Amino acid sequence: MKGFLKKITGNHEVSLAIILIVLFIVVDILSGFTFHGINNIGEIFKNNSLTLIMSLGMLCVLLTGGIDISITGVLAFSGMSVGMLMKYNVIKNVPLLFAIAIGIGALCGLLNGFIIAKGKVSPIICTLGAMYIWRGLATVVFNGEWASGENVAAMSEFGNTAGPYIILAAAFVIYFVVMKWTPFGRKVYAIGSNREAARISGINVDRVEIAVYTLMGVLAGLAGALSVSLYGSAQPTMQDGKEMDVIAACVIGGVSMSGGRGTVVGTLLGGIFYAVVYKALPLVGLESIWQNLIKGVIILAVVIINVVSQRLSRRQALARREI
Amino acid sequence: MSEELILELKGITKIFPGVKALNNVCFQLRKGEVHALMGENGAGKSTFIKVITGVFPPEEGQIFLEGKEVKFKGTRDSLAVGIAAVYQHPTTYPDLSVTENIFMGHQIKKGPVMDWKSMHKKAAELLGRLNADFDPHAEMGTLSVAQQQMVEIAKALSTNARIIILDEPTASLTANESKELYRIVKQLRDEGVSLIFISHRMEDMYELADRVTVFRDATYIGTYDVNGITTADLVKAMVGREIKDMYPKPKVEIGDEVLRIDGLCRMGYYKDVSMFARAGEIVGLTGLVGARRTEVMESVCGITKPSAGKVYLNGEELKVKCPKDAMDAGIVLLPEDRHKEGLILTWGLGMNVTLPVQDELAKGRIFNDNKRERELSRDLLESVDTKAVSIFDPASSLSGGNQQKVVVAKSLAQNGTKVIILDEPTKGVDVGAKAEIYAIIGELALKGYAIIMISSEMPEILGMCDRIYVMCNGRVTGCLDIAEADQEKILNLAMLEKGKEAVS
Repeated sequence: MKGFLKKITGNHEVSLAIILIVLFIVVDILSGFTFHGINNIGEIFKNNSLTLIMSLGMLCVLLTGGIDISITGVLAFSGMSVGMLMKYNVIKNVPLLFAIAIGIGALCGLLNGFIIAKGKVSPIICTLGAMYIWRGLATVVFNGEWASGENVAAMSEFGNTAGPYIILAAAFVIYFVVMKWTPFGRKVYAIGSNREAARISGINVDRVEIAVYTLMGVLAGLAGALSVSLYGSAQPTMQDGKEMDVIAACVIGGVSMSGGRGTVVGTLLGGIFYAVVYKALPLVGLESIWQNLIKGVIILAVVIINVVSQRLSRRQALARREI
Repeated sequence: MSEELILELKGITKIFPGVKALNNVCFQLRKGEVHALMGENGAGKSTFIKVITGVFPPEEGQIFLEGKEVKFKGTRDSLAVGIAAVYQHPTTYPDLSVTENIFMGHQIKKGPVMDWKSMHKKAAELLGRLNADFDPHAEMGTLSVAQQQMVEIAKALSTNARIIILDEPTASLTANESKELYRIVKQLRDEGVSLIFISHRMEDMYELADRVTVFRDATYIGTYDVNGITTADLVKAMVGREIKDMYPKPKVEIGDEVLRIDGLCRMGYYKDVSMFARAGEIVGLTGLVGARRTEVMESVCGITKPSAGKVYLNGEELKVKCPKDAMDAGIVLLPEDRHKEGLILTWGLGMNVTLPVQDELAKGRIFNDNKRERELSRDLLESVDTKAVSIFDPASSLSGGNQQKVVVAKSLAQNGTKVIILDEPTKGVDVGAKAEIYAIIGELALKGYAIIMISSEMPEILGMCDRIYVMCNGRVTGCLDIAEADQEKILNLAMLEKGKEAVS
């Protein structure tokens, strides 16, 4: 039993999955068995698809030891661009609009990556500036206009198909494979674990870093288009402040803020955990005014558990050390 | 020195989860003696020091101070009775002044406020006593390592320490700085302070210590008079076996020139560095700390950019923009700091050694070739004879010597390597592992690699190299053939401030 427990505390993903299952069952019972329906679960995924998708990009950024808080700014700018293109009947083709949003996101991310890798600017500062710039441009360029309802009908239609689910699933599968089984994934982990060693081992650290921020931008752009199609509107203030949810999902999923540690599965579980709690609060009789408080408590609790379990496993590693 | 004991530890056992870090060890320190504590890495010296200073309370055993039993709950308790430790890497606050560093934790106060005036005065007194040549107002970060160490010693003195423990104080000092430290240690001894001195260097021990205590594998081996034990016996006591040949240098037929560095300059770092290395040759690159040896080799490997000069490999000019370029051409660097630059400690050994060849292993396919990767890493680790249980063991679980072997294995991962540059390959490695690393270096030379070994340790330079370049202050001051080289010639070159007038 002790070994079993050790194993569980030593593996963040497993413990998180177990907590998630327990939580799910408890909420299901408290809500009178209305929680486990397929529609409900589908809705949970849909409502949190933006956070989930962007958490993948954030995972990579955090793994290199960086952070990107400009993502919702990028999301707003690309989403607004898509909305306006539709509103003024420039482009109506949904795949093309998605491609444009992704392209804009990629450029924003590339810029971040370039400033951070080549200019050696601290990631949080660079993306803090970028956050305001892209959010600001989303307002200024389009004169503070909105697009909604009929204007973005074609996008909304796509939002009601299985499309968003497929995109979400595909993103996770691709990231899982890339991070686990390709040289790129290995390099991202290497840089976060020991930047100097990675450099001396012949890894082009700058290039990987630029790629990581660009991918983050791609996903933020994708989330921009997805946001328009899911919510049927584009506004300059869309998803304001949600970047912290994305970071929180990663942290709950066991991603280290100092880099080098974290997995796609953990990130997924972290995102779902967050989403389930969010969804469950009203069902168990807690009103939405409680949400922030509960969120905060959960994040702190998870981080503390994480730190303690890491200390335990480090201790075990010490005990194994040959002296 | 009297026979009277100031400090005695009896039957100390310290257990960490799963390991006995100290097993029933004892130790006696006489009043006014310098007592060397020696042993391989992991023998328990550092833990022992931490028991004396109260960082780790022991599970079993007693500590007697002047015959009375004492129990320390923390460093505060040990400081209060006059025991202070100076650690290997100065644990200082670089942004604060020397005075602030000296009085950190026991500031002199006038009422509720700091009494800076008397602290500065007292600091100046202490530094004067140590013959230090810097001001107590100086910022700590601007001082050299040796000067920082002086501040640490001054800090120990400021607490009226009667017992001072020095943990590898000479590890990062130059020969001259070490001499200065010897002087200070002798002065303190003559003033009646008792010192415990930990060092890997035999010279330190012979120069300073009256007696030496040896630990091995967390147990007490013995205490000897320094004059009554030979080096060979001492090494045997530390390692537990006899080392027949410390420098097993095979006879190698030296081949053609492989690497040529021609007039390499980097503004503000080094100037006009020219040297060459031949296949099968072990070329030493020595000098005092701060001679910029590492900086030259970093440029050769593409880590930094030289401002002028050329590097030729097999007669062809080499253009390197990043470390990968140099590696592709066949030059690999084994960095000095294994933890910071050589290994990813949390990763398994297998992943560590194949890191440089990630892309090659996955060539023509999307995914990593795990099977080939495992085979390659097993082969590589076997070739350096690492006593690893498996390729999945994290690098952090190995001892310093074995970690260094893994770094060597990593440098061999790539096909087509021609030049191997080793930066202080045996720094912080214990005697037994040193001999093994020398053996590996010898084998590499035998396989025809051109080897450049940066080292500050005279014996290993003289024991292993075919030719020796000496640098001083960013310039090559001379090249000696092993047949004509000796310690004195090298030291003279290392302190030769050559060509200062020629720069203008």
